[in-house]
Amino acid sequence: MAIKVEGLNYIYGQGTAFEQHALKDVSFEIPDNQFVGLIGHTGSGKSTLIQHLNGLIRPSSGTIWFNGTDIYSEGYSLKQLRSKVGLVFQYPEHQLFEIDVFSDVCYGPRNLGLNEEEIKERAREALNLVGLKEKYWEQSPFELSGGQKRRVAIAGVLAMRPEVLILDEPTAGLDPRGRDEILDQIKELHSKQGMTIILVSHSMEDIARYADRLMVMNHGEKTFDGTPKEVFEHYKELEAMGLAAPQVTYISHALKEQGIPIEGDITTVEEARDAILRLLGK
Amino acid sequence: MNIVKASKLIYDYIRRDEEENIEEVDRAIDNLDIEIEKGSFVAVLGHNGSGKSTFAKQINGILTPTEGTVWVSGMNTADEDSIWEIRKKAGMVFQNPDNQIIGNVVEEDVGFGPENIGIPTEEIWKRVDDSLKAVGMTAYRHKSPNKLSGGQKQRVAIAGVMAMRPECIVLDEPTAMLDPNGRKEVIRTVRELNKQEGITVLLITHYMEEVIQADRVIVMDDGKLVMDGTPREIFSKVDQLKAYRLDVPQVTELAYELRKAGVDLPEGILSQQEFLDNLMPILRKQEKSNGN
Repeated sequence: MAIKVEGLNYIYGQGTAFEQHALKDVSFEIPDNQFVGLIGHTGSGKSTLIQHLNGLIRPSSGTIWFNGTDIYSEGYSLKQLRSKVGLVFQYPEHQLFEIDVFSDVCYGPRNLGLNEEEIKERAREALNLVGLKEKYWEQSPFELSGGQKRRVAIAGVLAMRPEVLILDEPTAGLDPRGRDEILDQIKELHSKQGMTIILVSHSMEDIARYADRLMVMNHGEKTFDGTPKEVFEHYKELEAMGLAAPQVTYISHALKEQGIPIEGDITTVEEARDAILRLLGK
Repeated sequence: MNIVKASKLIYDYIRRDEEENIEEVDRAIDNLDIEIEKGSFVAVLGHNGSGKSTFAKQINGILTPTEGTVWVSGMNTADEDSIWEIRKKAGMVFQNPDNQIIGNVVEEDVGFGPENIGIPTEEIWKRVDDSLKAVGMTAYRHKSPNKLSGGQKQRVAIAGVMAMRPECIVLDEPTAMLDPNGRKEVIRTVRELNKQEGITVLLITHYMEEVIQADRVIVMDDGKLVMDGTPREIFSKVDQLKAYRLDVPQVTELAYELRKAGVDLPEGILSQQEFLDNLMPILRKQEKSNGN
């Protein structure tokens, strides 16, 4: 069990006029190597939640376990935790600062106090994992395209060799191809490196394509938790929360309402195509 | 009548070393000819680095051409005497709402532009009233912008531009940082400004769903204009769009995939309703033949 959270509450500005209950009694378990999608509108508590998972925010009440140990137990190293649970913030490329790509990626492992050989080894590995070609490694990160910068930023986290990778909207502002490339790379980290992934996204289409499990946050509470197919069945409730299901899910529901016996819970274009072709006997 | 016209526009980003010698030239816009009709809603697509933001910045003179000419409302952007007049005519809204808001109170923020150009107080208030109303944010006029959602902040930013009484608004990925609700809010607002106030809109976006309501879609690649047409014309060319690193709305892709598999659907379907209207007769026919 990678991460377990029980009865998590977080209150911003406790005791002040601006007191805000950002997380309300949130509990869940994430087993090793799961790919979890996390959705919710702005202010739903999802960013607050992920910052709890690597110890950046301490809960007002509740417990967080990583690999079976309470992260606030006596003597537990949060620094160690942060290298195991890597967090990629929104627009992570704004945090690039080094003179060249390779040095930037070395920054994290160097802070872990590793020896120079090990640091370089990890940086090389991380840059290869995000698919950034070697010809860019000596360049200034600021000369790269938006998608490449973001890869460098993700590599910086991967160089810590995390077991869990949390990404807060890693594709915001990227063009459609750039978006697919980053997500495919994340999927590979999940399937080939066995990493546990938590992906925060506003794109229901992306979640439907990549995640095994989908958690929905609303007003600080975990409202839905299941496979994307199960959760997207609640598309009407999702809409009331300012969210939505993928377009093709709406189409399959509209067809069912017209009495068309379309099979299965449809969340991707491929599924919709195949189901419609079956109806047409093709 | 056109409001924006570019002729043989070239723009190079030039990097120089310490001695001012040219180190590298990157051609962001490569011989672009385009005219934007007054009152139209034009969506601009293109992958990161295709030149669309550089083009947007030419329209209100943040950047001026390396070669060629850009006219806004008949004024040449390279003419320094016209630059303030041009910026009044063509306002810009950027991606990050937090970088564009400066006032402590919403109405103050909206009034900042007109105040800056010496508009009399009474007129400023009138403009603030009108602009907040146009974006549906009147109820928030006394609030602090910090307390607003991303979508609301962007609407305030748009109101700030509206207070300059522009003829044209250029929005550079205004929804990239917003959640689905915020995105809808902003697009609805922009749409209304276009329809009701007759403001010319240039919307740069990566969200294909935001494009389907535009009058015209242009696609840029490598600094060149490579596609130009109605949303339907553009989205019927799925393979070509993908080659430009772009995408189509899910429903358009589904219809395209079904067409490829021999289902008799028209090209360039844009909405769910349209898809259903076209698919239902085909499914009904199939039901009948199965029944027989």
